[in-house]
Amino acid sequence: MQPSQAAVDTAAGLLIEARGIRKSFGAVHALVGVDFNLAAGEVLGLVGHNGAGKSTLMNVISGAIQRTEGRFVYSGQAVDHWGTAEAQAGGLRCIFQELSLCTNLSAAENAHIIHRSLRGFGWRHKARRLITKALDDIFPGHGIDVDTKIADLSIGERQMVEIARAFTETEDKVRCVILDEPTSALGHKPAEQLLAYIKTASRRGVACILITHRLNEILAVCDRVVVMMDGAIVGDRRAAGLARSDLVGMMGNIEAPHEQAAPTRNASQVLTVNHAGIDRADLPIKAAPGDIIGFAGLDGHGQRERLRAIYTATRKVPVAFVAGDRSVEGVMPLWSIADNLTLRSLNALQKSGFVSPSAARALAQSWSQRLKVKAPSIDTPILSLSGGNQQKVLFARALASDGQVILLDDPMRGVDVGTKQEVYQLIRDEAERGRIFIWYTTEFEELKNCDRLYVFREGRAIAEVPGDKIDHNRILEASFGGADG
Amino acid sequence: MAELVYRRQKRNLAKRLAPALQVGLPAIALVVMLIVIFWIRPTAMSYFGFTLLFKLAVPLMFAALAQMLVIMLGDIDLSIGSFVGFVTCVTALYLDTAPMLAIAIYIGSIFVYAGVGLVIHLRQLPSIIVTLGMSFIWLGVAIIILPAPGGAAPAWLSGFMAWRPPLLPLPVLLAIAAALIGHFVISQSSYGAVLRGAGGNPRAIQRAGWSITMIRAAVYAAAGLLGLIAGITLTGLTTSGDPNVAPAYTLLGVGAVILGGGSFTGGIVSPVGTVIGALTLALAGSLLSFLQVPPTWQIGAQGGILFLVLAGRILLAEDKS
Repeated sequence: MQPSQAAVDTAAGLLIEARGIRKSFGAVHALVGVDFNLAAGEVLGLVGHNGAGKSTLMNVISGAIQRTEGRFVYSGQAVDHWGTAEAQAGGLRCIFQELSLCTNLSAAENAHIIHRSLRGFGWRHKARRLITKALDDIFPGHGIDVDTKIADLSIGERQMVEIARAFTETEDKVRCVILDEPTSALGHKPAEQLLAYIKTASRRGVACILITHRLNEILAVCDRVVVMMDGAIVGDRRAAGLARSDLVGMMGNIEAPHEQAAPTRNASQVLTVNHAGIDRADLPIKAAPGDIIGFAGLDGHGQRERLRAIYTATRKVPVAFVAGDRSVEGVMPLWSIADNLTLRSLNALQKSGFVSPSAARALAQSWSQRLKVKAPSIDTPILSLSGGNQQKVLFARALASDGQVILLDDPMRGVDVGTKQEVYQLIRDEAERGRIFIWYTTEFEELKNCDRLYVFREGRAIAEVPGDKIDHNRILEASFGGADG
Repeated sequence: MAELVYRRQKRNLAKRLAPALQVGLPAIALVVMLIVIFWIRPTAMSYFGFTLLFKLAVPLMFAALAQMLVIMLGDIDLSIGSFVGFVTCVTALYLDTAPMLAIAIYIGSIFVYAGVGLVIHLRQLPSIIVTLGMSFIWLGVAIIILPAPGGAAPAWLSGFMAWRPPLLPLPVLLAIAAALIGHFVISQSSYGAVLRGAGGNPRAIQRAGWSITMIRAAVYAAAGLLGLIAGITLTGLTTSGDPNVAPAYTLLGVGAVILGGGSFTGGIVSPVGTVIGALTLALAGSLLSFLQVPPTWQIGAQGGILFLVLAGRILLAEDKS
């Protein structure tokens, strides 16, 4: 069977053909013999749990890490050493989950980083034109100044620059773009624009590998879906005719049916949070014990700023914060799971100025079990965990604390479906016990867990939506300013 | 909507002006100091006066640019001061009598600098430790070859440093040339963008197919070359070699880089700012002499000036955001 299979593949003009790829990090086997192929111009969806090996496979394909074993054929040529330079020259581009832009440079300068041919006099002008054109093509009406330092852009804008850069072309034609959770930091509109562009690009012959936990996106644009589990490919199907539930079934977890919004609690309770807006158009944010409040609206319209303002303004009750931008404001990269988890509770754990090690370990142990953090022990360094598991630790940090008000800054970015359902349940349970959750999210689905929503536009909370009236259109309408926008 | 776009443009304009302001503050400090000096001693406002005031700033300026390259990568070089001292010894001892040997030592020392960069990168060592060690090595070697200050600079070198070009005094001319070349290479050229990127996000640069190892070795070698120029020009001024002539250059260089808008996080440096920063620091000493501050207080007062300018810069940076 093997030879005939190979013959068929060559005939089909495959761009990437990988056979029996293995990758081990010490004793950990991240990939256990993966056969993977990609045709030119094909849009492939790659799904799987956190830690299923998707990122490792993509790192091998993009040359960021070397495979331990296996055969790799790119564009019909067997490759022995496959590094980032070779991948770059072969027209293979990546958009990684953690941004790969230099934040101290402008968008135009970042374009040069991947285009060596942009040099000599006037390179800056050429780079500016190149990246502006790509941004205009993919995200019409983006409003990004390409001479601004990346550090001064919002996280959504950064992601747009990163995506646009991957599709720019100079000498080498772009042949394949790997997009790892590209829409997680994007608002609704840019995400739709991107999906539309992926289709256009594929008609031009650019292959795309789309890794995302938003299954609807996969079903909307992909030709084929590959499902990974425990370092191996467990499913490979045409996307046509596939339903969301099929995909979830292939990933091996049953999607819990959406529960109705939690019953609204009696309004007579005392407000714990009552945060006035910046002016009269800005609604005050009110929350009583047990409330789950959602912040909706397009990304970057003041939700994060409001969360921070609430954090500083809430003095009477303890507050805890779950960061969405893990690497910047979440994890302590060199610390273990236990150290990261207990960080917010050190005051509660101290006895006459010294942290009690046994109490700290007990706390870390019990919470990492409750959140099912996938790790050998709580002493494992946090960076050795997958993104979703790191996020669980950050959740545990907030939940283990004495925080009565818990602020969530889009914490589910890049987290798999199974984990999400677990965390949603946990949030509801904790709310039952009287904790308040204020939850900013870019995913509509998540808003259904909330009792009440505030929709943000241009830095202000402009609409309040009660729990039983939460629906897609209503939020969209409010985010875009309804009739007057 | 139109208003929003306008506001956005204004914000961007402010952001684009910010780097200019950051360079601008030390420049303003420099001008203020010059005005005070000229007010006290109007005769200093002449070709000769400028030459005297900025003469000793020339080697410091090159040492500061060397430090800037290293800081650009997010590292720090604690050895540049003793390296400059070492170069003055080699220059005073050999450049006149055995020029080939001197040049061989120069080239060798640039390779050593590149090697230091490689060691720091490949072994992932903290630069502060490695270069601290290197500072003792340079000092030790310098003391072995020249135990007491002495030797003599070649006549052409002291001649060059005393040269009076038409129109502009030599130190001013060198400062402008260094600032322009640095600005072109680091801030304007396409390679400069990659170098600054390597300081800001080395992984991104690596993933785009550039070799961080090569970049680090090359940048350290360039820092060595600038340190070499600093040492040679310093010998031309003092006309002799001394292992202990320039230990202050290490931290004054760091001061100049930070004063000129650089940042320890890496990737954010300004060659023009660094040159102005070095001139400001060099002039601070002269200013205090003109103000007749007793020598015992001068070092402290110099620190005070540095503190004031830096504090001003930070206030300015907060204001714009």
